[in-house]
Amino acid sequence: MSAEDTPKDYSESPINLEYFYTAGSATTRFLNQVKEGNIVGQACPKCKAVYVPPRGSCPRCGVATDIEVPLTDKGCIESFTVVHIPIPGNPIVPPYVCAMIRLDGANISFLHLIQEVDIEQIRIGMRIQAVWKPKEEWTHSLENIKWFAPIDEPDIDVATLRFQEL
Amino acid sequence: MKKVAIIGYAQHPILKNAGALNEVELIMPVVHQLFDDLGIGQKDIDFTCSGSCDYLQGAAFAFVEGLSAIQTNPPIKESHVEMDAAWAMYESMLKIQMGDAQTALIYGFGKSSPGDLNAIISLQMDPYYISPLWPDRVSLAALQARVLLDQNIITKEQMLTTVVEARANSKNNRNALITDLINESDYFSHAMISSPLNNLDCPPISDGSSAMIIASEEKAYEFTDQPIWIEGIDHRIESSNLGARDLSTSATLQASINQLDLENIKFDIAELHTQFSHEVPFLKSLLNLQDVPTNLSGGPLIGNVMMCAGLDAIGKTYESLKDNQLKHGLAHATSGPCLQHNMLVHLETQK
Amino acid sequence: MSDSKDLLRAPFELAYNYKRSNGPVMSKFFEALGEQKILGTKNSAGKVFSPAAEFDPETHESLKEIVEVGPGGAVESFSWIETPQHHHLIKEPFAFALIKLDGADTCMLHMVANCNEADLSIGSRVTANWSEVQEQRITDIKFFALEK
Repeated sequence: MSAEDTPKDYSESPINLEYFYTAGSATTRFLNQVKEGNIVGQACPKCKAVYVPPRGSCPRCGVATDIEVPLTDKGCIESFTVVHIPIPGNPIVPPYVCAMIRLDGANISFLHLIQEVDIEQIRIGMRIQAVWKPKEEWTHSLENIKWFAPIDEPDIDVATLRFQEL
Repeated sequence: MKKVAIIGYAQHPILKNAGALNEVELIMPVVHQLFDDLGIGQKDIDFTCSGSCDYLQGAAFAFVEGLSAIQTNPPIKESHVEMDAAWAMYESMLKIQMGDAQTALIYGFGKSSPGDLNAIISLQMDPYYISPLWPDRVSLAALQARVLLDQNIITKEQMLTTVVEARANSKNNRNALITDLINESDYFSHAMISSPLNNLDCPPISDGSSAMIIASEEKAYEFTDQPIWIEGIDHRIESSNLGARDLSTSATLQASINQLDLENIKFDIAELHTQFSHEVPFLKSLLNLQDVPTNLSGGPLIGNVMMCAGLDAIGKTYESLKDNQLKHGLAHATSGPCLQHNMLVHLETQK
Repeated sequence: MSDSKDLLRAPFELAYNYKRSNGPVMSKFFEALGEQKILGTKNSAGKVFSPAAEFDPETHESLKEIVEVGPGGAVESFSWIETPQHHHLIKEPFAFALIKLDGADTCMLHMVANCNEADLSIGSRVTANWSEVQEQRITDIKFFALEK
């Protein structure tokens, strides 16, 4: 019996589903600002935690984050990982660094890239700032920020970033 | 069995496309309304349980995001069912029966508008023998409709009457999505989607959310003077082997009727999770509800939020009993193709 | 709430290439499909399940005895689709049908094509038409057609 004749012991059941997503209220407000080069977080009216990117609610308090809080594009690295494995469909050539970025004034961090620095020098607490694409390329996406790059400011002790209960 | 009561229920207006609201933004208002109505907060809730479908959102573990609508600090005890939230209520009942909780918050949410519900429903079927054929939800329901019509268990006129009454009853339901009335000629002039079902026999694509709070006897009176008691609850499932089922009846529903001893109860109202018109006369006959006002809310035919509509049947029964000083109500929730999985809930005003 | 005209929208496609283990019973069923044969399984009382079931949902007994059924059978119910949707495999009007194959006591869900709605009724005799390529999937039966 040749390899082709060997009975398959599995079934292929490919599925594909098409969606047409809508962003919802909070994300729409946030991305409309990102389109203009602004990063605007949203704050909880109860505990005052600032969320960026906002998803519409404070998961601590279960209420809508209806206070808009303009933020700078500066912050620090809260954690990071060096990616060595190429991911299918990802145009970035390994090794590269993905980091949790904590913007100044925000209470949560988000994932983005770190570039323009030796990987060995990257550390938790390192100060960084957004490097934006040319303005004419801006869309409704955090990809308007090419990556974050280190700036010449003293490191931050990330323990000081821990959320303080009111 | 410990006595457990429904003490509150809230429903988001059913929308054709809730695009301006994400799932969290849909859930928050109903939970807040419930808390405000009862004058309580998440601190008064011992157990939180939700029902939703990740495939509707198109993301693995999408239900976790839904929790962002709930106050989770200090940390809460919670769970989720990848089913209609009626089953989240069932799980909550068990928690209270086991003595692990005195109060439970249940919520369900579903946005069918972003995806292709017909394709998604195909994926709940047997992945070897059935899903690869991509049977849509209407075609599956139509297989049962034809069996029932062919065996004279129901008639086409009953299907028409169901659709006409559902539209007329939408006036009782402030959250109804479809409110325009239709007549006989409208009905028969609609083209078939999957014969013998036409567009009007099927529920609309709907977005929305609902929430409910249940409580033990001790807590119920602390929070409300109008608890409605869950006198009986039972759910049973038929085989996943669709071709081995007898679609002309439901042995499992009959077993639930016996288990709950429903034969001799004079129900004042019933709300059935009947998504297709033929299911109403079929279930009314099986459940002996011929003379019982059924689906006064309009039922799923005037708004059918996936993963909520079963909980809504329970919630609408609760509201009817409470608002009209009635005694006995029967609610039904279902899941799976051709009424495969059914839950019956007997609600009673008197303890 | 945002005004709907300002609402951000984006298309998204979710696709997975699942491979599922067939197990001993369904492996035999799919192998046989490759040879254009349809199998069922028989319980101790002689009831035949086709497509081949691994267990009897009523008695819960494990089903191991294999029997050949079909390829002809009778339509037990059907839903007629005049306008197929984009995910349907047949692009002309067709029916989803529950088909009780000759020698079986339960139904197979499949499609009936190459006919008009008026030609089809409960009890209609149909027979399997095979796909050009056999992939050991349920779609190796392309559809059922009315017996000539």
